[in-house]
Amino acid sequence: MVRIYVTRCLPEDSVSLLQKTGLEVLMRSTDDAVPREELINGISGCTALICMLTDKIDKEVLDAAGPNLKVIATVSVGFDHINLDECRKRNILVSNTPRVSTDAVAELTVGLLLATSRRLMECVNAVKNGDWKSWGLLWMCGTELRGSSVGIFGLGRIGIAIAARLQSFGVKQFYYTDIVEVPQASKFGAEKVDLDNLLSKSDFVIINCALTAETRGLFNEETFAKMKKNSFLINAARGGVINQKDLYKALTSGTIRGAGLDVTDPEPMEKDDPLLTLNNCVILPHIGSNTIETRTEMANLAVNNVLAALDGKALLTQVPY
Amino acid sequence: MIQCNKSNSRVLVTRDLPTEAKQLLLASGVQATIRYDENKISKEDVLQGITGCHGLLCTLNPSIDKEILDAAGPNLMTISTVSVGFDHIDIEECKRRNITVGHTPGVLTNAVAELTMGLLLATARRIREAFDVIDSGERCPRKVLWLCGTQLSRKTIGIVGLGRIGLAVAKRLHAFEVDKILYTALSEKSQAKEVDGEFVDFDALLQQSDIVIVCCALTSETKGLFNKSAFAAMKNSAIFINTSRGSVVNQEDLYEALTSNQIRAAGLDVTTPEPLPTDHPLKKLKNCVIFPHLGSATIETRNEMWTTAVRNLIAGLNNEPLPCPVY
Repeated sequence: MVRIYVTRCLPEDSVSLLQKTGLEVLMRSTDDAVPREELINGISGCTALICMLTDKIDKEVLDAAGPNLKVIATVSVGFDHINLDECRKRNILVSNTPRVSTDAVAELTVGLLLATSRRLMECVNAVKNGDWKSWGLLWMCGTELRGSSVGIFGLGRIGIAIAARLQSFGVKQFYYTDIVEVPQASKFGAEKVDLDNLLSKSDFVIINCALTAETRGLFNEETFAKMKKNSFLINAARGGVINQKDLYKALTSGTIRGAGLDVTDPEPMEKDDPLLTLNNCVILPHIGSNTIETRTEMANLAVNNVLAALDGKALLTQVPY
Repeated sequence: MIQCNKSNSRVLVTRDLPTEAKQLLLASGVQATIRYDENKISKEDVLQGITGCHGLLCTLNPSIDKEILDAAGPNLMTISTVSVGFDHIDIEECKRRNITVGHTPGVLTNAVAELTMGLLLATARRIREAFDVIDSGERCPRKVLWLCGTQLSRKTIGIVGLGRIGLAVAKRLHAFEVDKILYTALSEKSQAKEVDGEFVDFDALLQQSDIVIVCCALTSETKGLFNKSAFAAMKNSAIFINTSRGSVVNQEDLYEALTSNQIRAAGLDVTTPEPLPTDHPLKKLKNCVIFPHLGSATIETRNEMWTTAVRNLIAGLNNEPLPCPVY
């Protein structure tokens, strides 16, 4: 008897997809993290598991599931929360949801950049606090993208999607730094340069790299000193790439003009982190892929991976052991 | 450098200017009375200061109406506004009195289009709400649909008014992988081809658009255009953006629409009045983002606007064709 266990309430579209199969589905009714005890109870005897980043799928949970479990589909790109070794031993297939969030993250990064360069959050607060007096000559004046240089550190799928969107804003020159030569870069006339050149030439520096041993803390005091004084730093990749204490120094000493962060280290930030007090630092709580469309697509992909496994077909997006 | 032909030309400038524009103005030889007061200039201030002036260099407030034109007297030859909009000036009265009027189109197009995109993204992606979460120190629940906004890709965009600014906004949106760009205007625009824009009537635009962006001028036809019936015709999931003029929108009807799920969210860079009173109901809504009329607020653009406005003013005083006449 096939049973699919889903640890969260999924978006409407995905629920319909599941219902159409006619298979037995046990799905948590709410959209918050399932308590461990409930997870262990719910997974018992099920054939397929659809889970989230917040569910730790370790030996204990897999034991509780029993021998029927054939496939685990996580609704996330990351799969750190799943013991792949144990899955391999038990012949349990695992899938994730890569590449679905490119557009959402690119859009948010552009929105974050504009919120930083055009001082949008400062202005929203001014409206809230009653500081909006009248049309001011230079009040809350920001900086335009038109005629600027944009440097992208890490030109993967998301970096390319960001460049494609920024190009229409009148950017004069794109630069990028990457381990490889990126063919699509020619679409924006983007010049491949080393990091030092990217830093010294760019009015906007956008971090788009993965977090690795090499990139952790890469953006530190020394790095900021190489950037232009009027430049903006935008990070929607991983918080650990930036040394936040050094960023605070750079922002308060006029070393760089402003920063926009959708990612921090840790997440959430400590309530008393000094970066939170700065007008020239816009911080968002990691909402890069938070759109109804993308979350639905991710959930649908997880469902379709499960259906493929149950059908004896190849998974759409299998995580290799 | 530009020169004013007539010595003793008196002009009233309703607020302080950026350095470059000020130098241009003063070097021209006009006798300029510049109001340095930071506070909003009142109608009374203008009525007093404009008597006998040959030229007026002004911004959006106060409205330049018959009363002000009467107070100016027969000397007044030219009015130069530091804006592209001129709904605050009684153009018909100016025409009757042979007063030329200059404005600043073109130089602010990019800044306004850019700001419109910023407002759209802030609204659609709930950036303001997200920012408030951080500001308040609230714990972020790890929910699948927490703070989920609307994606722009594969959506239908409806632009009301495909002038310079409307087209610039459309060009930027074109790069966001949108499905379709619809527009309404007094007539079809050839430049719409650049963005594969489809000319439709107002009702069709309202019914079909996921995102409605208002970029038209404020005229007697567009005043209050976005009212109860317009919002009712829109999709429940629609996002509404206005960076044109506050009076194009009926704000009470907008409040109704936002609180009764008729539309999903609104982003406004312009309101009636400006500034909006502290306790205005629209300010309390999570799904209404309000900016304090930032459209052209960049140093580069403001400098260019003022310089253009000074050039318009001097040309008007010299009885020469204005670089950017309203009519």
